[in-house]
Amino acid sequence: MDYTRLQLKAAEIRKKLLTMIYQVKNGHTGGSLSSVEILTVLYYSIMKIDPKNPLDPQRDRFIMSKGHSVEGLYTILADRGFFPEEELSNFYGYRSRLIGHPSVKVPGIELNTGALGHGLSCAVGMGIAAKRDSSSVHMYCVMGDGEQAEGSVWEAAMAAAHFRLGNLTAVIDQNHLQISGKTEDVMDSGCLKDKYESFGWYVKQVDGHNVQALNEMLEEDQDPDTPLLILADTIKGKGVSFMENAAEWHHRVPTEGQFKQALNEIDSHIKEIQHG
Amino acid sequence: MADTVKPEPCRKAFTRKLTELAARDRNIMVVCSDARGSVTLTDFAEKLPEQFVETGIAEQNEVGIAAGLANFGKQAFVCAPACFISTRSLEQIKIDVVYSASNVKIVGVSGGVSYGALGFSHHSLHDLAVMNTFPGMAVLLPADRLQAEAMTEWMASYKGPVYMRMGRGAVPDVYENSRDSFIFGQANTLREGDDVCIIAAGEMLSKAAAASDMLRREKINVKVLDMHTIKPIDADAIRNAARETGAVLSIEEHSQFGGLGSAVSDIIIQDTPVPMKILAIPDEIPVEGESADICSHYGLTPDGIVEEVRALLKKKAGFRAES
Repeated sequence: MDYTRLQLKAAEIRKKLLTMIYQVKNGHTGGSLSSVEILTVLYYSIMKIDPKNPLDPQRDRFIMSKGHSVEGLYTILADRGFFPEEELSNFYGYRSRLIGHPSVKVPGIELNTGALGHGLSCAVGMGIAAKRDSSSVHMYCVMGDGEQAEGSVWEAAMAAAHFRLGNLTAVIDQNHLQISGKTEDVMDSGCLKDKYESFGWYVKQVDGHNVQALNEMLEEDQDPDTPLLILADTIKGKGVSFMENAAEWHHRVPTEGQFKQALNEIDSHIKEIQHG
Repeated sequence: MADTVKPEPCRKAFTRKLTELAARDRNIMVVCSDARGSVTLTDFAEKLPEQFVETGIAEQNEVGIAAGLANFGKQAFVCAPACFISTRSLEQIKIDVVYSASNVKIVGVSGGVSYGALGFSHHSLHDLAVMNTFPGMAVLLPADRLQAEAMTEWMASYKGPVYMRMGRGAVPDVYENSRDSFIFGQANTLREGDDVCIIAAGEMLSKAAAASDMLRREKINVKVLDMHTIKPIDADAIRNAARETGAVLSIEEHSQFGGLGSAVSDIIIQDTPVPMKILAIPDEIPVEGESADICSHYGLTPDGIVEEVRALLKKKAGFRAES
């Protein structure tokens, strides 16, 4: 695997999603930036998907349960060829299918999300179907750490272990921030590793911005009877200094000056990657 | 009327038919939340374990799982008491099923006040109202075992979200056979008449027919329409009935708000204004008692319906005199 390529792709996605948010003056900025590497590794390395045949029954299934971080996902789907890239400029637009949360009108989106705590249950249903059909399709579900306060997440977590879903991988984008502030202050979810392990999952922890570590973890064979949780330690607003670890950037839109500075910072990072 | 047949709850006919269909079509799957006894799915679970998913007492997860199964091309039926599935799982129904265009059939059993003295926690008197407001959601109420079978067969081949609500107790047959009991979206005329039209569905239908038969002995001719498909409602049948009879009485085991009566009155008030009465559970926590006690308290009985028809006939005479 060419990790430099994945790093560069992640940086490019950051620039594109910020451009999209800046152009339409709307969007969820911080959480989209924190999940860029997770999505990049899944969509450019791990998942078996075919943009020309988005409903291929044998495709791996991806659910963005933290639906508000849709900007990175749309950017990637367009870049992978699921729909024309020009459409990104119509994000939030009148009659645009690119609304502020994932929509099944967009090729490559499996289910509408937006209300938190739904995605994992749907992934469990897919996992049960795949298992009973003896299918090799794998299910991926990305959740937020703030989302862990939703009780339905734990109904689904219990069921995933009960049904021995070794075909299910959940990733928590653990950026420690939510709209009202620090997740541990708003509702402390405690040690998620212990919680999921006690629910019967395998849990692995990783730097959620390290594409190599993420990729290696996702490539490892999963126990056929045990769901896997990857706790990805991330930084909300990652890649732009003044957005990092700042709850107010949950859905703030950059000014012209801030936008230019953000792109400059990412460009500098791109040069660093290129020069090793 | 096949009075000799032992009355049977609709839910038993539903599960018997579903088990029969699922044995032939392995794509049919059932999701249940520790309610296989209430729904009468024990036999299905034993015969077709690979097509049965038990989620435990977790109705939110239950509906999400059904949406996931549907994403995999399964014909998913998710079954639970109507009180829980129409309330606890509402956001999953809204987003995972309706908004995501998932092919999921939602089956609520023991609806209305079926659970009687178990109390308001177990009543579902709002379910039709909420389901009616979801775009594209079909809403069905079977009146007897034969119609429940016909609806089950239809649902198994239909692609799209459906909510079917059934009661708990046994109901007398109102149909001669399953075949003639149900065409999706087309109301059935159960009794002819031109004095008043009763529009009912589900468990209320046999009571409406009984009231019509009682009144006929007094030469009062009451038409009875079976509005088994609450949504999409048969607007033509309602308009025609209003023109023919000049007065409409709707009957339902549901809140007076947002159910069958509201759907009927939407048509009446806009297209064919005639005197109308909505006989339903009023805006209060229902009186305590068994299901029959509660229905009786609110006039949801053949005798209560007869009284309402008489009152409506007076209103109709006054309405005609004024206009």
